[in-house]
Amino acid sequence: MAVLVYAESLTGSIKKAAIEAVTYGNLTAQSLGTECIALTIGTAEGAASLGQYGAAKVYNVAASDDFDAQVYAQIISEAATQVGADVVVFAHSSSGKSLAGRVAVRTKAGLVSSVISVPEGDQFTVKKGVFSGKGFASYEITADKKVLTIAGNTFPPQVVAQDVAVEALNINVPTSKVKVLSKSTVDGVVPLPEAELVVSAGRGMKGPENWGIIEEMAGILGATTACSRPVADVHWRPHHEHVGQTGVAIRPTLYIAVGISGAIQHLAGVNQSKVIVVINKDPEAPFFKAADYGVVGDLFDVVPRLNQALKKFKESQN
Amino acid sequence: MKLLVCVSQTPDTTTKIKFANGDTEFDTNGVQFIMNPYDEWYALVRALELKEQVGGTVTLFHVGPKANETVIRKGLAIGADNAVRVDAEATSAMFTAAQIASYAQSEGYDMVFLGKETIDYNGSEVAAMTAEMLDMPFISYATKMDVNGTTATINRDIEGGMETLEVDAPFVLSCAKGMAEQRIPNMRGIMMAKRKPINVIPAVESADLVKVTKYEYPAAKSGVKLIDPENMEELVNLLHNEAKVI
Repeated sequence: MAVLVYAESLTGSIKKAAIEAVTYGNLTAQSLGTECIALTIGTAEGAASLGQYGAAKVYNVAASDDFDAQVYAQIISEAATQVGADVVVFAHSSSGKSLAGRVAVRTKAGLVSSVISVPEGDQFTVKKGVFSGKGFASYEITADKKVLTIAGNTFPPQVVAQDVAVEALNINVPTSKVKVLSKSTVDGVVPLPEAELVVSAGRGMKGPENWGIIEEMAGILGATTACSRPVADVHWRPHHEHVGQTGVAIRPTLYIAVGISGAIQHLAGVNQSKVIVVINKDPEAPFFKAADYGVVGDLFDVVPRLNQALKKFKESQN
Repeated sequence: MKLLVCVSQTPDTTTKIKFANGDTEFDTNGVQFIMNPYDEWYALVRALELKEQVGGTVTLFHVGPKANETVIRKGLAIGADNAVRVDAEATSAMFTAAQIASYAQSEGYDMVFLGKETIDYNGSEVAAMTAEMLDMPFISYATKMDVNGTTATINRDIEGGMETLEVDAPFVLSCAKGMAEQRIPNMRGIMMAKRKPINVIPAVESADLVKVTKYEYPAAKSGVKLIDPENMEELVNLLHNEAKVI
């Protein structure tokens, strides 16, 4: 009986999603009275630091860095058996989501995805958002083995211990049937699903040439930029910035929406943000109903003014 | 090529969500159901495009009672050749995956298409489970696919970017925005759909390993606080001192 966390390292190093998963794994292990064990696959710079977030042991399996859900799921399931884990935890990320279902089938486990609470009670009850943010559901896992994926930005990393030495775990790695040809990620920017601060803009911007003020705000705040669907559809902004139902669903602590009316499909992707600020010249924009703070005004006046105020604030903090 | 497209039914995006029976059930009263948009816009249409390119058949697969046949007929009207309906409630992702895998195994498909997730339970679970049961590669969040012979070159979404990979059929694919464009069924399609066969089959046994015990509504927003557009210092002040997010 242990909690095994797959600590992903898709770009060769341990990032926030993996640290949050280990933080959650540790909380779960504590409530079950057992230990949290982290598993890394392939290159995983910074794996030893997972000890700080509560991993009692950190294992690495030598394998290709090219992600293949079929191969990785086999490794993780075998590792779970070797370490005697009854609970396997993933980040609710592109790789975590691709693996969790496979591992659940392999280990005959009950799976709940995108959970936002630590398991409670004898029935191992966990909560998750459903209906695109319009409700929550509590799930009981009736199987002996459990697999969970953890919603991002929900369990803030907590340093509770020290680095631990990474040990090699010997597992036969099957041959991959998938050949990765290329991988490209934007450097130096926090990916949207992990971002705590997000500045987003929509059609109200009138054209891609006007995005300077949005990028300036993101720069001042250290935020990630996002956009609404119509803007991505006409290629004013790259596809990976599109948040909403058909794009990326996010749950940052602060979401600033500029010139976005707030269609229900957009809200479905952002309504789990902790605080929402809406800047729109139309006081009837539906987004104001979902907002915590609203500014009714022309964004081309308001945003530069806000940027000035943010700059002043940041300088006063230093 | 033999292509299988798995479609589920979900409440329409604009549905007001209500719970019943002491908040232990989703209240389907008065709810308008639609084909899950990712299944329809991306998985089904991409499969149809592929059939148009290389020939073959597109079979729709659905787990649900007879009442759900409206959704199946729509898929047939958009262009699928035939459909299979498992006559049972889709009670969990594991149950649904077991139905797909069992059928796909016996019929031998080159590609199994699903949407990236459903818009009701947002789990993104069924496709990965199906792939494991079939012992096939699983390509998730596909945004573009080119097929040459039996080899597919696929772009998939990863955090903050994209990955391009190559895989040989058979495989399971979950489809995201970019894969294809929505198709509206035309009158001819709707008429033809009425004559296309829906093969009703019994469910294979599969235990549910999870169950919902309670639903809750999100906490109501306390209402928007409007800030004078001339006074952005005030907004910064509120974000720092009241909301404590910067």
